[in-house]
Amino acid sequence: MAELKKTPLHELHVGLGARMVPFAGWEMPVQYPAGVMAEHRHTREAAGLFDVSHMGQVAIRPQGGGGWEDVAAALETVLPQSVLGLKEGRQRYGFLTNERGGIIDDLMFANRGDHAFLVVNAARAEVDLAHLRRMIGGKVEIEPLAGRALLALQGPKAEAALARIAPGVREMRFMDVRALTLDVVGGVPALVSRSGYTGEDGFEISLPADRAEAVARALLEMEEVAPIGLGARDSLRLEAGLCLYGNDIDETTTPVVAALEWAIQKPRRRGGARAGGFPGAEVILDQLETGAPRRRVGLLPEGRAPMRQGTPLRPEGTAGSPVGSVTSGGFGPTVERPVAMGYVPTSLAETGTRLEGEVRGRWRPVVVADLPFVPHRYRR
Amino acid sequence: MLIVKYTPEHEWLEYNGEVVTVGITEHAAEQLGDVVFVELPEEDTPVTKGDEVVVIESVKAAADILAPMDGVITEVNPLLEDEPELVSKDPLGQGWFFRMKPNDPADLDQYMDEAEYKAHIAGG
Repeated sequence: MAELKKTPLHELHVGLGARMVPFAGWEMPVQYPAGVMAEHRHTREAAGLFDVSHMGQVAIRPQGGGGWEDVAAALETVLPQSVLGLKEGRQRYGFLTNERGGIIDDLMFANRGDHAFLVVNAARAEVDLAHLRRMIGGKVEIEPLAGRALLALQGPKAEAALARIAPGVREMRFMDVRALTLDVVGGVPALVSRSGYTGEDGFEISLPADRAEAVARALLEMEEVAPIGLGARDSLRLEAGLCLYGNDIDETTTPVVAALEWAIQKPRRRGGARAGGFPGAEVILDQLETGAPRRRVGLLPEGRAPMRQGTPLRPEGTAGSPVGSVTSGGFGPTVERPVAMGYVPTSLAETGTRLEGEVRGRWRPVVVADLPFVPHRYRR
Repeated sequence: MLIVKYTPEHEWLEYNGEVVTVGITEHAAEQLGDVVFVELPEEDTPVTKGDEVVVIESVKAAADILAPMDGVITEVNPLLEDEPELVSKDPLGQGWFFRMKPNDPADLDQYMDEAEYKAHIAGG
Protein backbone atom coordinates (compact mmCIF):
# COMPACT_ATOMS: atom_id res chain seq x y z
CA MET A 1 0.00 0.00 0.00
CA ALA A 2 1.23 3.47 -0.88
CA GLU A 3 2.33 5.70 1.94
CA LEU A 4 -0.45 7.76 3.49
CA LYS A 5 -0.50 11.47 2.82
CA LYS A 6 -0.39 13.87 5.75
CA THR A 7 -2.26 17.16 6.02
CA PRO A 8 -0.48 20.36 7.14
CA LEU A 9 -2.10 19.87 10.55
CA HIS A 10 -0.70 16.39 11.13
CA GLU A 11 1.64 17.38 13.97
CA LEU A 12 -1.11 19.41 15.61
CA HIS A 13 -3.44 16.39 15.60
CA VAL A 14 -0.80 14.11 17.08
CA GLY A 15 0.03 16.74 19.71
CA LEU A 16 -3.65 16.96 20.64
CA GLY A 17 -3.70 13.20 21.25
CA ALA A 18 -5.75 12.27 18.19
CA ARG A 19 -6.13 8.68 17.10
CA MET A 20 -4.97 8.72 13.49
CA VAL A 21 -6.45 6.36 10.88
CA PRO A 22 -6.10 5.85 7.13
CA PHE A 23 -8.91 7.54 5.17
CA ALA A 24 -9.03 7.92 1.38
CA GLY A 25 -5.24 7.67 1.18
CA TRP A 26 -4.68 10.17 4.00
CA GLU A 27 -3.72 9.80 7.63
CA MET A 28 -6.57 11.57 9.43
CA PRO A 29 -7.74 12.09 13.03
CA VAL A 30 -10.77 9.86 13.73
CA GLN A 31 -11.16 11.18 17.26
CA TYR A 32 -9.39 13.16 19.97
CA PRO A 33 -9.28 12.20 23.66
CA ALA A 34 -12.76 13.69 24.27
CA GLY A 35 -14.26 10.92 22.09
CA VAL A 36 -16.80 10.84 19.28
CA MET A 37 -19.86 11.45 21.43
CA ALA A 38 -18.48 14.51 23.23
CA GLU A 39 -17.04 15.91 19.98
CA HIS A 40 -20.39 15.50 18.24
CA ARG A 41 -22.27 17.26 21.03
CA HIS A 42 -19.69 20.01 21.28
CA THR A 43 -20.20 20.81 17.60
CA ARG A 44 -23.98 21.04 18.01
CA GLU A 45 -23.66 23.18 21.15
CA ALA A 46 -20.59 25.36 20.55
CA ALA A 47 -18.07 25.16 17.71
CA GLY A 48 -16.03 22.29 16.29
CA LEU A 49 -12.87 22.63 14.21
CA PHE A 50 -12.36 19.99 11.52
CA ASP A 51 -9.29 19.43 9.36
CA VAL A 52 -10.66 18.62 5.92
CA SER A 53 -7.44 19.36 4.07
CA HIS A 54 -7.64 15.94 2.44
CA MET A 55 -10.47 17.19 0.22
CA GLY A 56 -9.61 18.24 -3.31
CA GLN A 57 -9.60 21.96 -4.16
CA VAL A 58 -9.73 22.86 -7.82
CA ALA A 59 -9.83 26.14 -9.75
CA ILE A 60 -11.50 26.19 -13.17
CA ARG A 61 -10.35 29.22 -15.15
CA PRO A 62 -11.25 30.56 -18.58
CA GLN A 63 -8.79 30.19 -21.40
CA GLY A 64 -7.13 33.35 -22.77
CA GLY A 65 -9.62 36.17 -23.22
CA GLY A 66 -12.57 34.31 -21.71
CA GLY A 67 -14.56 35.01 -18.56
CA TRP A 68 -16.87 33.47 -15.98
CA GLU A 69 -19.55 32.75 -18.59
CA ASP A 70 -17.15 30.48 -20.45
CA VAL A 71 -16.29 28.60 -17.26
CA ALA A 72 -19.95 28.31 -16.25
CA ALA A 73 -21.01 27.14 -19.71
CA ALA A 74 -18.30 24.46 -19.67
CA LEU A 75 -19.30 23.30 -16.18
CA GLU A 76 -22.92 23.01 -17.30
CA THR A 77 -21.79 20.26 -19.69
CA VAL A 78 -20.63 18.12 -16.73
CA LEU A 79 -23.03 19.20 -13.95
CA PRO A 80 -26.86 19.15 -13.95
CA GLN A 81 -26.81 22.31 -11.86
CA SER A 82 -27.42 25.88 -13.00
CA VAL A 83 -23.89 27.31 -13.00
CA LEU A 84 -24.66 30.28 -15.23
CA GLY A 85 -27.35 31.26 -12.73
CA LEU A 86 -24.89 31.34 -9.84
CA LYS A 87 -24.03 34.86 -8.74
CA GLU A 88 -20.52 36.02 -7.95
CA GLY A 89 -19.61 35.24 -4.34
CA ARG A 90 -22.11 32.38 -4.09
CA GLN A 91 -21.65 28.63 -3.85
CA ARG A 92 -23.82 25.65 -4.78
CA TYR A 93 -23.94 21.92 -4.10
CA GLY A 94 -23.70 19.78 -7.20
CA PHE A 95 -22.56 16.47 -8.68
CA LEU A 96 -20.68 15.18 -11.68
CA THR A 97 -22.81 12.63 -13.54
CA ASN A 98 -21.91 9.76 -15.84
CA GLU A 99 -23.63 8.66 -19.07
CA ARG A 100 -26.03 6.44 -17.10
CA GLY A 101 -27.04 9.31 -14.84
CA GLY A 102 -24.99 7.93 -11.93
CA ILE A 103 -23.00 10.20 -9.65
CA ILE A 104 -19.23 10.35 -10.24
CA ASP A 105 -18.78 12.65 -7.25
CA ASP A 106 -20.66 15.28 -5.28
CA LEU A 107 -19.02 18.64 -4.74
CA MET A 108 -19.32 22.32 -3.96
CA PHE A 109 -18.71 24.92 -6.66
CA ALA A 110 -18.40 28.68 -6.21
CA ASN A 111 -18.47 31.66 -8.55
CA ARG A 112 -15.26 33.57 -7.83
CA GLY A 113 -15.87 36.23 -10.44
CA ASP A 114 -13.22 35.24 -12.94
CA HIS A 115 -13.06 31.51 -12.13
CA ALA A 116 -14.88 28.67 -10.42
CA PHE A 117 -13.65 27.15 -7.16
CA LEU A 118 -14.53 23.49 -6.54
CA VAL A 119 -14.20 21.30 -3.45
CA VAL A 120 -14.39 17.57 -4.19
CA ASN A 121 -14.12 14.37 -2.15
CA ALA A 122 -10.59 13.18 -1.36
CA ALA A 123 -11.22 9.63 -2.57
CA ARG A 124 -12.62 10.90 -5.89
CA ALA A 125 -10.25 13.78 -6.64
CA GLU A 126 -8.17 11.87 -9.19
CA VAL A 127 -11.24 10.43 -10.93
CA ASP A 128 -12.87 13.88 -11.00
CA LEU A 129 -9.82 15.57 -12.46
CA ALA A 130 -9.47 12.94 -15.20
CA HIS A 131 -13.17 13.29 -16.00
CA LEU A 132 -13.05 17.10 -16.06
CA ARG A 133 -9.95 17.11 -18.27
CA ARG A 134 -11.53 14.68 -20.69
CA MET A 135 -14.87 16.50 -20.82
CA ILE A 136 -13.93 20.19 -20.65
CA GLY A 137 -10.12 20.29 -20.67
CA GLY A 138 -10.16 21.80 -24.18
CA LYS A 139 -12.41 24.67 -23.11
CA VAL A 140 -11.10 25.75 -19.69
CA GLU A 141 -7.97 25.58 -17.55
CA ILE A 142 -8.27 22.98 -14.78
CA GLU A 143 -5.92 23.66 -11.89
CA PRO A 144 -5.75 21.40 -8.82
CA LEU A 145 -4.85 23.74 -5.95
CA ALA A 146 -1.95 21.95 -4.31
CA GLY A 147 -0.45 23.63 -1.29
CA ARG A 148 -3.76 24.59 0.26
CA ALA A 149 -5.39 23.40 3.44
CA LEU A 150 -9.11 23.34 4.28
CA LEU A 151 -10.56 23.86 7.75
CA ALA A 152 -14.21 23.68 8.75
CA LEU A 153 -15.54 25.52 11.79
CA GLN A 154 -19.06 24.31 12.56
CA GLY A 155 -21.68 24.97 15.19
CA PRO A 156 -23.82 27.74 16.69
CA LYS A 157 -20.77 29.55 18.08
CA ALA A 158 -18.73 29.28 14.87
CA GLU A 159 -19.60 32.81 13.78
CA ALA A 160 -18.61 34.38 17.10
CA ALA A 161 -15.31 32.49 17.06
CA LEU A 162 -14.33 33.15 13.46
CA ALA A 163 -15.43 36.80 13.63
CA ARG A 164 -12.65 37.43 16.15
CA ILE A 165 -10.09 36.93 13.41
CA ALA A 166 -12.34 37.81 10.44
CA PRO A 167 -15.13 40.26 11.37
CA GLY A 168 -16.41 40.18 7.78
CA VAL A 169 -17.92 36.73 8.27
CA ARG A 170 -20.79 38.28 10.24
CA GLU A 171 -22.23 39.69 7.03
CA MET A 172 -22.10 36.37 5.20
CA ARG A 173 -25.13 34.14 4.81
CA PHE A 174 -25.42 30.44 3.98
CA MET A 175 -23.47 29.57 0.80
CA ASP A 176 -21.76 32.96 0.52
CA VAL A 177 -18.07 32.79 -0.43
CA ARG A 178 -15.62 35.58 0.31
CA ALA A 179 -11.89 36.22 0.16
CA LEU A 180 -10.96 37.53 3.60
CA THR A 181 -7.78 38.21 5.50
CA LEU A 182 -7.63 36.33 8.79
CA ASP A 183 -6.08 38.37 11.59
CA VAL A 184 -3.50 35.77 12.58
CA VAL A 185 0.26 36.39 12.59
CA GLY A 186 0.21 39.35 10.31
CA GLY A 187 -2.69 38.30 8.15
CA VAL A 188 -3.58 35.10 6.32
CA PRO A 189 -5.39 35.34 2.99
CA ALA A 190 -8.27 32.87 3.02
CA LEU A 191 -11.30 31.92 1.01
CA VAL A 192 -14.22 31.50 3.41
CA SER A 193 -17.61 29.97 2.62
CA ARG A 194 -20.57 29.81 4.98
CA SER A 195 -21.30 26.11 4.59
CA GLY A 196 -20.40 22.71 5.99
CA TYR A 197 -21.23 19.06 6.45
CA THR A 198 -22.86 18.96 9.87
CA GLY A 199 -26.28 20.60 9.41
CA GLU A 200 -25.09 23.43 11.65
CA ASP A 201 -24.25 26.99 10.76
CA GLY A 202 -20.55 27.25 10.07
CA PHE A 203 -17.71 28.00 7.73
CA GLU A 204 -15.20 26.28 5.49
CA ILE A 205 -11.86 28.05 5.22
CA SER A 206 -9.45 27.45 2.36
CA LEU A 207 -5.98 28.81 3.12
CA PRO A 208 -2.31 28.36 2.30
CA ALA A 209 -1.02 25.08 3.76
CA ASP A 210 1.91 26.74 5.51
CA ARG A 211 -0.42 29.04 7.50
CA ALA A 212 -3.03 26.45 8.40
CA GLU A 213 -1.52 25.40 11.71
CA ALA A 214 -1.27 28.98 12.98
CA VAL A 215 -4.92 29.61 12.13
CA ALA A 216 -6.04 26.29 13.63
CA ARG A 217 -4.14 27.03 16.84
CA ALA A 218 -5.63 30.53 17.03
CA LEU A 219 -9.13 29.06 16.73
CA LEU A 220 -8.45 26.21 19.18
CA GLU A 221 -7.31 28.74 21.79
CA MET A 222 -10.85 30.14 21.83
CA GLU A 223 -13.02 28.80 24.59
CA GLU A 224 -15.89 27.64 22.39
CA VAL A 225 -13.73 25.78 19.86
CA ALA A 226 -12.68 22.12 20.17
CA PRO A 227 -11.02 19.81 17.62
CA ILE A 228 -13.38 17.28 16.01
CA GLY A 229 -12.38 14.05 14.24
CA LEU A 230 -13.79 12.06 11.35
CA GLY A 231 -15.89 9.91 13.71
CA ALA A 232 -18.05 12.82 14.82
CA ARG A 233 -17.98 14.29 11.32
CA ASP A 234 -19.71 11.10 10.17
CA SER A 235 -22.35 11.03 12.92
CA LEU A 236 -23.04 14.76 12.45
CA ARG A 237 -23.58 14.47 8.70
CA LEU A 238 -25.70 11.34 9.15
CA GLU A 239 -28.03 13.12 11.59
CA ALA A 240 -28.16 15.99 9.10
CA GLY A 241 -29.23 13.54 6.36
CA LEU A 242 -26.21 14.38 4.19
CA CYS A 243 -24.77 11.81 1.80
CA LEU A 244 -21.31 10.30 2.09
CA TYR A 245 -19.88 9.51 -1.34
CA GLY A 246 -19.06 5.81 -1.62
CA ASN A 247 -21.62 4.91 1.05
CA ASP A 248 -24.86 6.63 0.10
CA ILE A 249 -24.17 7.68 -3.47
CA ASP A 250 -21.97 6.29 -6.22
CA GLU A 251 -21.85 5.73 -9.97
CA THR A 252 -24.95 3.49 -9.80
CA THR A 253 -27.21 5.97 -7.99
CA THR A 254 -28.82 8.73 -10.03
CA PRO A 255 -29.71 12.04 -8.35
CA VAL A 256 -33.39 11.03 -8.32
CA VAL A 257 -32.69 7.60 -6.84
CA ALA A 258 -30.51 9.37 -4.26
CA ALA A 259 -33.28 11.88 -3.45
CA LEU A 260 -31.02 14.76 -4.48
CA GLU A 261 -33.29 16.22 -7.16
CA TRP A 262 -33.61 19.40 -5.09
CA ALA A 263 -30.07 20.21 -6.25
CA ILE A 264 -31.10 20.29 -9.94
CA GLN A 265 -32.36 23.78 -10.65
CA LYS A 266 -35.27 24.54 -13.03
CA PRO A 267 -33.20 25.91 -15.93
CA ARG A 268 -31.60 22.48 -16.39
CA ARG A 269 -34.85 20.51 -16.24
CA ARG A 270 -37.19 19.80 -19.17
CA GLY A 271 -38.83 23.03 -20.25
CA GLY A 272 -35.99 25.03 -18.71
CA ALA A 273 -33.86 27.55 -20.59
CA ARG A 274 -30.81 25.25 -20.61
CA ALA A 275 -32.44 21.83 -20.19
CA GLY A 276 -30.17 18.78 -20.38
CA GLY A 277 -26.75 18.87 -21.97
CA PHE A 278 -24.97 17.01 -19.17
CA PRO A 279 -23.99 13.32 -19.06
CA GLY A 280 -26.94 11.04 -18.34
CA ALA A 281 -29.45 13.86 -18.93
CA GLU A 282 -31.99 11.57 -20.61
CA VAL A 283 -32.11 9.18 -17.65
CA ILE A 284 -32.14 11.91 -15.01
CA LEU A 285 -34.69 14.16 -16.71
CA ASP A 286 -36.97 11.16 -17.34
CA GLN A 287 -36.73 10.17 -13.68
CA LEU A 288 -37.49 13.74 -12.58
CA GLU A 289 -40.84 13.38 -14.33
CA THR A 290 -41.73 9.74 -13.76
CA GLY A 291 -39.81 8.85 -10.61
CA ALA A 292 -37.11 6.27 -9.99
CA PRO A 293 -37.48 2.57 -9.16
CA ARG A 294 -35.77 2.98 -5.79
CA ARG A 295 -35.11 5.83 -3.36
CA ARG A 296 -32.73 6.89 -0.64
CA VAL A 297 -34.69 7.24 2.60
CA GLY A 298 -34.09 8.02 6.24
CA LEU A 299 -34.48 5.05 8.58
CA LEU A 300 -35.18 4.96 12.31
CA PRO A 301 -34.42 1.56 13.82
CA GLU A 302 -36.73 0.83 16.74
CA GLY A 303 -34.90 -0.20 19.88
CA ARG A 304 -31.30 0.67 20.57
CA ALA A 305 -29.34 -1.59 18.22
CA PRO A 306 -27.71 0.46 15.43
CA MET A 307 -28.26 -0.76 11.86
CA ARG A 308 -24.99 -0.23 10.10
CA GLN A 309 -23.94 -0.06 6.45
CA GLY A 310 -24.94 -3.25 4.63
CA THR A 311 -27.86 -4.17 6.89
CA PRO A 312 -30.43 -5.91 4.62
CA LEU A 313 -33.98 -4.50 4.62
CA ARG A 314 -37.34 -6.07 3.82
CA PRO A 315 -41.00 -5.13 4.43
CA GLU A 316 -42.12 -5.89 7.96
CA GLY A 317 -43.76 -9.27 8.42
CA THR A 318 -42.62 -10.73 5.10
CA ALA A 319 -40.18 -13.58 5.41
CA GLY A 320 -38.90 -12.95 1.89
CA SER A 321 -35.52 -11.90 0.59
CA PRO A 322 -34.16 -8.40 1.20
CA VAL A 323 -35.43 -5.59 -1.04
CA GLY A 324 -32.95 -2.93 0.01
CA SER A 325 -30.14 -2.13 2.40
CA VAL A 326 -28.68 0.43 4.76
CA THR A 327 -25.92 2.59 3.26
CA SER A 328 -25.02 4.62 6.38
CA GLY A 329 -26.04 3.82 9.90
CA GLY A 330 -25.00 4.34 13.46
CA PHE A 331 -25.92 6.02 16.68
CA GLY A 332 -27.01 9.66 16.60
CA PRO A 333 -25.61 11.35 19.73
CA THR A 334 -27.96 14.35 19.44
CA VAL A 335 -31.15 12.39 18.83
CA GLU A 336 -29.84 9.75 21.27
CA ARG A 337 -30.97 6.83 19.19
CA PRO A 338 -29.82 4.81 16.20
CA VAL A 339 -30.29 6.50 12.83
CA ALA A 340 -29.64 5.30 9.30
CA MET A 341 -30.08 5.94 5.60
CA GLY A 342 -30.57 3.38 2.89
CA TYR A 343 -32.24 2.40 -0.35
CA VAL A 344 -35.65 0.78 -0.77
CA PRO A 345 -38.05 0.27 -3.70
CA THR A 346 -40.02 3.49 -4.27
CA SER A 347 -43.21 1.66 -3.24
CA LEU A 348 -41.70 1.33 0.26
CA ALA A 349 -40.16 4.81 0.44
CA GLU A 350 -43.07 6.64 2.02
CA THR A 351 -42.44 8.08 5.49
CA GLY A 352 -43.86 5.77 8.14
CA THR A 353 -43.45 2.59 6.08
CA ARG A 354 -42.57 -0.24 8.41
CA LEU A 355 -39.61 -2.39 7.41
CA GLU A 356 -37.28 -4.75 9.17
CA GLY A 357 -33.51 -4.95 9.07
CA GLU A 358 -31.32 -7.94 9.87
CA VAL A 359 -28.80 -7.37 12.65
CA ARG A 360 -26.82 -10.39 13.83
CA GLY A 361 -29.29 -12.87 12.38
CA ARG A 362 -32.39 -11.24 13.84
CA TRP A 363 -34.88 -9.16 11.86
CA ARG A 364 -35.68 -6.02 13.83
CA PRO A 365 -38.23 -3.26 13.14
CA VAL A 366 -37.17 -0.07 11.39
CA VAL A 367 -39.37 2.75 10.08
CA VAL A 368 -38.89 5.00 7.04
CA ALA A 369 -38.42 8.55 8.35
CA ASP A 370 -38.02 12.08 7.05
CA LEU A 371 -34.51 13.50 6.67
CA PRO A 372 -32.80 15.26 8.30
CA PHE A 373 -33.00 13.70 11.77
CA VAL A 374 -31.74 16.97 13.27
CA PRO A 375 -33.08 20.18 11.66
CA HIS A 376 -30.55 22.18 9.65
CA ARG A 377 -29.60 25.45 11.29
CA TYR A 378 -28.10 27.28 8.33
CA ARG A 379 -27.98 31.10 8.42
CA ARG A 380 -30.05 31.80 5.32
CA MET B 1 -11.48 -14.45 48.33
CA LEU B 2 -11.79 -12.93 44.87
CA ILE B 3 -9.79 -14.28 41.97
CA VAL B 4 -9.35 -11.85 39.07
CA LYS B 5 -8.23 -13.10 35.67
CA TYR B 6 -7.88 -11.58 32.24
CA THR B 7 -8.51 -13.00 28.75
CA PRO B 8 -6.45 -12.15 25.67
CA GLU B 9 -9.61 -10.44 24.35
CA HIS B 10 -9.33 -7.89 27.20
CA GLU B 11 -12.14 -9.18 29.37
CA TRP B 12 -11.78 -9.32 33.12
CA LEU B 13 -13.20 -12.27 35.06
CA GLU B 14 -13.81 -11.96 38.77
CA TYR B 15 -14.56 -15.21 40.63
CA ASN B 16 -15.96 -15.06 44.15
CA GLY B 17 -16.01 -18.81 44.69
CA GLU B 18 -19.51 -19.12 43.27
CA VAL B 19 -20.00 -16.99 40.15
CA VAL B 20 -17.73 -15.29 37.62
CA THR B 21 -18.49 -11.64 36.82
CA VAL B 22 -17.43 -10.59 33.32
CA GLY B 23 -16.53 -7.12 32.04
CA ILE B 24 -13.98 -5.47 29.77
CA THR B 25 -10.75 -3.81 30.83
CA GLU B 26 -10.05 -0.08 30.71
CA HIS B 27 -7.72 -0.77 27.81
CA ALA B 28 -10.56 -2.40 25.84
CA ALA B 29 -13.04 0.32 26.77
CA GLU B 30 -10.67 2.95 25.53
CA GLN B 31 -10.10 1.14 22.24
CA LEU B 32 -13.83 0.65 21.73
CA GLY B 33 -14.85 4.29 22.11
CA ASP B 34 -18.22 5.47 23.43
CA VAL B 35 -20.55 2.51 23.94
CA VAL B 36 -24.12 3.19 22.78
CA PHE B 37 -25.82 -0.19 23.07
CA VAL B 38 -25.22 -3.51 24.77
CA GLU B 39 -27.07 -6.67 23.84
CA LEU B 40 -27.07 -9.03 26.82
CA PRO B 41 -27.89 -12.73 27.07
CA GLU B 42 -30.94 -14.15 28.83
CA GLU B 43 -30.52 -15.23 32.42
CA ASP B 44 -30.40 -19.00 33.11
CA THR B 45 -28.94 -19.62 29.63
CA PRO B 46 -26.35 -22.42 29.43
CA VAL B 47 -23.33 -21.27 27.43
CA THR B 48 -20.29 -22.98 25.91
CA LYS B 49 -16.86 -21.45 25.88
CA GLY B 50 -16.54 -19.26 22.78
CA ASP B 51 -20.28 -18.57 22.42
CA GLU B 52 -21.02 -14.97 21.46
CA VAL B 53 -22.94 -13.87 24.55
CA VAL B 54 -22.73 -10.07 24.51
CA VAL B 55 -22.63 -7.59 21.65
CA ILE B 56 -21.29 -4.13 22.39
CA GLU B 57 -22.09 -1.38 19.90
CA SER B 58 -19.87 1.67 20.11
CA VAL B 59 -20.10 4.81 18.01
CA LYS B 60 -17.60 3.13 15.73
CA ALA B 61 -18.43 -0.56 15.45
CA ALA B 62 -19.84 -3.67 17.05
CA ALA B 63 -17.70 -5.97 19.21
CA ASP B 64 -18.44 -9.37 20.73
CA ILE B 65 -17.87 -10.75 24.18
CA LEU B 66 -17.42 -14.51 24.11
CA ALA B 67 -18.24 -16.86 26.95
CA PRO B 68 -14.90 -17.45 28.69
CA MET B 69 -15.85 -20.97 29.80
CA ASP B 70 -18.73 -23.44 29.92
CA GLY B 71 -21.44 -22.63 32.44
CA VAL B 72 -24.79 -20.94 33.01
CA ILE B 73 -25.60 -17.20 32.87
CA THR B 74 -27.03 -16.33 36.29
CA GLU B 75 -27.45 -12.58 36.09
CA VAL B 76 -27.09 -9.71 33.59
CA ASN B 77 -26.34 -6.09 34.44
CA PRO B 78 -29.76 -4.39 34.52
CA LEU B 79 -28.21 -0.89 34.32
CA LEU B 80 -26.83 -1.35 30.82
CA GLU B 81 -30.16 -1.26 29.02
CA ASP B 82 -30.65 2.41 29.87
CA GLU B 83 -27.05 3.39 30.51
CA PRO B 84 -24.82 1.52 28.05
CA GLU B 85 -22.26 4.33 28.49
CA LEU B 86 -21.36 2.80 31.88
CA VAL B 87 -19.20 0.36 29.90
CA SER B 88 -17.09 3.30 28.74
CA LYS B 89 -17.18 5.27 31.97
CA ASP B 90 -16.75 2.54 34.55
CA PRO B 91 -15.66 -0.66 32.81
CA LEU B 92 -14.22 -2.23 35.96
CA GLY B 93 -17.21 -1.39 38.14
CA GLN B 94 -20.76 -0.57 37.10
CA GLY B 95 -20.04 -1.50 33.48
CA TRP B 96 -19.95 -5.28 34.05
CA PHE B 97 -22.00 -7.42 31.62
CA PHE B 98 -23.07 -10.67 33.22
CA ARG B 99 -22.40 -13.24 35.91
CA MET B 100 -22.10 -16.94 35.19
CA LYS B 101 -21.72 -20.09 37.21
CA PRO B 102 -18.80 -22.02 35.71
CA ASN B 103 -19.19 -25.77 35.21
CA ASP B 104 -15.56 -26.15 36.23
CA PRO B 105 -13.93 -23.26 38.13
CA ALA B 106 -10.54 -24.68 37.15
CA ASP B 107 -11.24 -23.27 33.67
CA LEU B 108 -10.15 -19.92 35.11
CA ASP B 109 -6.59 -21.18 35.39
CA GLN B 110 -6.02 -20.84 31.63
CA TYR B 111 -6.35 -17.04 31.85
CA MET B 112 -3.80 -14.37 32.77
CA ASP B 113 -3.30 -12.78 36.16
CA GLU B 114 -2.86 -9.04 36.42
CA ALA B 115 0.90 -9.00 35.89
CA GLU B 116 0.62 -11.24 32.84
CA TYR B 117 -2.17 -9.11 31.44
CA LYS B 118 -0.14 -5.91 31.84
CA ALA B 119 2.72 -7.55 29.98
CA HIS B 120 0.23 -8.68 27.31
CA ILE B 121 -0.97 -5.10 26.72
CA ALA B 122 2.55 -3.71 26.76
CA GLY B 123 3.55 -6.26 24.12
CA GLY B 124 0.80 -4.91 21.89
